[in-house]
Formats: sequence, C-alpha cells, structure tokens
Amino acid sequence: MLYFIEQCLNGVQLGMLLFLLAAGLTLIFGIMDLVNLAHGSLYMLGAYFAATFAAATDSFVIGAVLAFLATFAAGIVLEIIAIRPLYGRNHLDHVLGTFGLLIFFNDLVRRIWGPAGMSLPLPSAMLNAVQILPGVYYPVYRLVIIVVTLAVATLLYVVVMWTRLGMLIRAGASNREMVGALGVNIKLLYTLVFGFGAALAGLAGLMQAPILTVQIGMGENILILAFVVIIIGGIGSIRGAFAASIIVGLIDTIGRAFLPDVLRAVLSTNAAITLAPALSSMSIYMLMAGILVFRPEGLFPAASK
Amino acid sequence: MSAWREPPRLYVPAPRLDPGTIVAAALLVLLALVPVYAALTGNVYALTLFTRVLILALAAVSLNLIMGYGGMVSFGHAAYLGIGGYAVGILWKEGIGSGFVQWPVAIGASALFALAIGALSLRTRGVYFLMITLAFAQMIYYVAIGLERYGGDDGLTIRQRSQFGGLIDLNNRTLFYYVCFALLAGSIYLISRLVNSRFGLVIQGSRSNERRMRAIGFPTFRYKLACFVIAGALCGLSGALLANHTNFISPATMFWTRSGDFMVMVVLGGLGTAFGPLIGTVTFLLLEEALSRVTEYSGLIIGPLLLLVAIFLHGGIESLFAGWRQEKVPERAP
Repeated sequence: MLYFIEQCLNGVQLGMLLFLLAAGLTLIFGIMDLVNLAHGSLYMLGAYFAATFAAATDSFVIGAVLAFLATFAAGIVLEIIAIRPLYGRNHLDHVLGTFGLLIFFNDLVRRIWGPAGMSLPLPSAMLNAVQILPGVYYPVYRLVIIVVTLAVATLLYVVVMWTRLGMLIRAGASNREMVGALGVNIKLLYTLVFGFGAALAGLAGLMQAPILTVQIGMGENILILAFVVIIIGGIGSIRGAFAASIIVGLIDTIGRAFLPDVLRAVLSTNAAITLAPALSSMSIYMLMAGILVFRPEGLFPAASK
Repeated sequence: MSAWREPPRLYVPAPRLDPGTIVAAALLVLLALVPVYAALTGNVYALTLFTRVLILALAAVSLNLIMGYGGMVSFGHAAYLGIGGYAVGILWKEGIGSGFVQWPVAIGASALFALAIGALSLRTRGVYFLMITLAFAQMIYYVAIGLERYGGDDGLTIRQRSQFGGLIDLNNRTLFYYVCFALLAGSIYLISRLVNSRFGLVIQGSRSNERRMRAIGFPTFRYKLACFVIAGALCGLSGALLANHTNFISPATMFWTRSGDFMVMVVLGGLGTAFGPLIGTVTFLLLEEALSRVTEYSGLIIGPLLLLVAIFLHGGIESLFAGWRQEKVPERAP
C-alpha cells in the first residue's frame, strides 16, 4: 500500500513534467496553429543551460532561474528568426521546418557541450526524503517539482483567464485577423507566447535534469509522450492537457510498477517477465486508441474555433 | 495537379517529356549503372551506399502514396520498416531462413499493422492524424525494446540473408543491388498506375475535397484505409530489404526521427510526384554522406537547409526541374 502511494506520487510527478511540455505545445498549436517538433529541443536546452549555470554559479536555484530566463530568450530569438515565416503555412511545412530545427539543435548542443552528457547535482537540502504520511517517505526534490508545476499551472490559468494579456491570447486563438485589425500587435503576442511555451519546456527540462542525465536527444522521447497527452486531452486545451498529463503519468508509472506482479498472478513467471515491459509501455497508447474510438476530439476539446 | 477535375480515364497518359521526366530517367539510368562503376573502380562502398539509397527510396515512395497523393500526413512510417525488418530477423532466429516465407510475412505483418492503426487514426485528420500515427509508431518502438529474446534495445544481428532456394543469392552484392533496383522501379511504376486508376482518382479526390467525394457516393474511409495498407505493406518490404542489407535490426530503425527523415525525403523531392521521393532520397542521403566527410556536425547545415526548404521551396526539387510550381497540398484544420 505504501509502495502504491509512492508510485502514485511518482506518476503525478511525471504527469507534472508532461504538463509543462504539453501546455507549451498546445498553447503554441492552439494560438499560432503551429506544429512544433523542436519543442523537445527547448526541453533539452533548458537542461543544458541549468547544468551549465548551476556549475558556474555554484547554486542550483540561481542556475535554474537563469536557465529558465535563457530558454525564454532562446525561444524569442528562435521565433523571430525561424518560426515566424512558418505561420499560416500548411502543417507539412511546419513539420519539415521544425524537424530541421531539431536536427540543428542536436548538433549545436553536441558542438557546444560535447557528446558526453552532463549531470546537475542537487543541493543537499533537496536530497533528503520527508515523511508525508506515517511510514511514507518521499524525496523532497520530487515534491518540489510537483509544487512548482502546480504553481505554474495556476499562474497559467490566472493569466489566460483573468488578465488582459490572456484575453488577447484567447482572442488571438479564435480569430487572429480580427484581433490584428483591432490594433493589437499580434506579431509581438505570438513571439511572447512562443517564448513562454519555450520557457515552460525549458522548465520541464531543467527540473528533470537532476533525476535523469542531461544528454543529447533527451527531448525526443518525452516529446511523443507530450503529443499523446495533447491527443488525449484535446488539442489546444490547457485544461485537457492538465487532466491528461496526470492520467498518462499515473497509468505509465503504475503500469510499469505493478503490471509484472499482476501478470505473474495470471500467467507463468517467464511469460510475465517477457510480456510486462512491452505491455506496460503500450498501456498509454492503448488508452489513446480507446479515447480516439469514443471521443476523437479528446477528453476536453478546446472551444470550437 | 488536381487530377480529380479530369474525367476518369482508362488509358495511362503518355509520360510528358518535360525536364522532370528527363531528370528522372537520367537518374534511373545512373542508378542502374552504379554496380558497373563499382566493379570498374573497385569501390564497394559506393555499392553499399546506393543499395541503402534504393531501399530507403522504396520506403519514401510508399510514404508518398499516402502523403503526396492521399493527403494523409503519416508520421509513423518508420514503424513498417521496423516491422518488416523484425519479421525477417525473428523468422531467421526461429530457424526459418527462406525468403519465400520471410518476405511475405514482412509484407503481411506491416499490412496488418497498417490496417489496425489506419482504422483508428483515419477517424481523425490534420494534426491529430499526424500525432496519432507518430504515437502508434513509437508504441511499436517500445514493444521492440521489450523483445528481450530478439536483442531488446541492442537489436538483433541476422547472420544469414534470406534464402531463395538457390534462385537468387542475396549475398552477391551486385545481385542484391539489382533486386532492390527492380523492386523500387517496379513500385514506382505500380504506384504511378495506381494513382491514375479509378481507385487512385478517388484517393486524390479525397485529398482535395473529401466531403464532396462522400457526397457523390464514395465511401472514402475504405478507400483511404486500403491506400494506407498498401503503403504500409510496401514499406514493410523495404524493411525486409534493409534487414538483409545491414544484417541487423534494432528498435532504432523505427525511432520517430526516422519517420521524420522519410517525410523530409518525400517533401524535399516533391510531394505527389512519381519520381520526387527517389530524387529526395538520393539528395538527402548523398548530402548527409558528403557533409559527414567535411564536418562532424552535419546537422548544423542540414537543419537550417530543411527550414529554408520548408519556407521557400514549396513543390520540392521536382518542381525546379518540372518548371511549374506545384499546388500546395490542401490540408484542412482539424
């Protein structure tokens, strides 16, 4: 039971990470109608920035803040140079162009930081585990990830729903020509949204960096998971992205932790050992297929455009 | 383009002698002469490289059938390559070395997978379709990693190429090259026949305006699914060839960036043209090869180049030769 609670928390933590990625992706898709395959590269950049800055300043927190700002800046520059000409083009052009960016960033990172990965050590205060329930100890750092992401999600919700900027963003998503005609600088708005999406991806990358190693191509696997989240949640819907992230995070983690035991109860040990890894990695895709059959538009489809 | 506006015709239109056709014909002749060149100069590497080009071109040709003609932007095409390869690898490992079994199984398994994911993903369109095909392909990638018996993450070394009962010896490099060449040329021919048939016109019609095709009575879903399965089967064959070529199959064969490479090849060459995918594959792979000799960081050049192609070159390389700008493939918002 205690193990189960711990695994649930791990699932929520993975879900939080996925949400940061998926929120940026779905925001950029919902507002600019842009498919961004280079989103995982920004995740990778965030991690590399954090590892570099933390080593330079000798402080994890300062390094993380600097990395967040640096990814935001990188997103802005990327938007102005490379993404802007792609707006209004068909999705195939987006795929081709941003796939080119992905190839570019992989080799750029290899050029700057070298082919070997990096590591981002945690400050000692975050290495410990705390007792969250009687008998359940959980690493502080993973709790920090959950809390930070929840704060970001709340902030995102407040900004999008209750501020003038958020109003413009929502208006831009439903009718960009009209917003532009009303005198809003839609170009600047797009740049800001892209930069913000990039910063969210960077935040996910830098928070994940201490848990995994920082390496080239680290964004490529998780990007697909973020896509699955968006499909399940409904493209363009932040609320959907949040719900689907947690669902996907939980199912993936719990599947990996408990499926072998469940299968062992039904099948022979050998068969269970062979089947479990394959089945548990398939589980979220099965969920996606199921959602597609019953709700092709996702769980929380964005308001119709 | 827009062949759907023309009345269905039962004859095959005579190939026009535009620059595009001439370039394509020249390319085919050059490709046919590669083994001669290799034999004369003793450059075995060229033969290996171009065998790879032909095999991947076959995959690109099959992707072009659904993406270029059918408007189904599938981002999971590498999955079939892997399935075809694993069919050969797994059968070999279980003691079945005959190509008469391996290749049909490779084709059949890919077709079956295409049928399953096509039936699900063709319920959606646009970006949804793209992401869903991507996700399903990634699922197969993880399944392959889980196949401990067949090497798991490390992949499987296939110590024996497919046996064709003494008829064809695939260990003969030149012969293998010509087998690939014949299969590629045959596929290009078959697809050009297919897209001009009634079936192909329905497919192209659904790309231009699916609602109208349905309104005049075509069950477009079935047509598109059939087209999707044909493309998957063809790519499975390419996977079987690739496994024979490299004597190796691993999950990395179907990592999603490989699907991205295929899309690049097709779009680079010219979407919805008979020889575009071949031109695109030759260009992309040779460019990669040339750059990797000059610099260790070829991505720094290829990446921006792809971005520029996406921004400026709409119809791909084919359109440069053909002298007309191609119509953009219409894509509806999801």
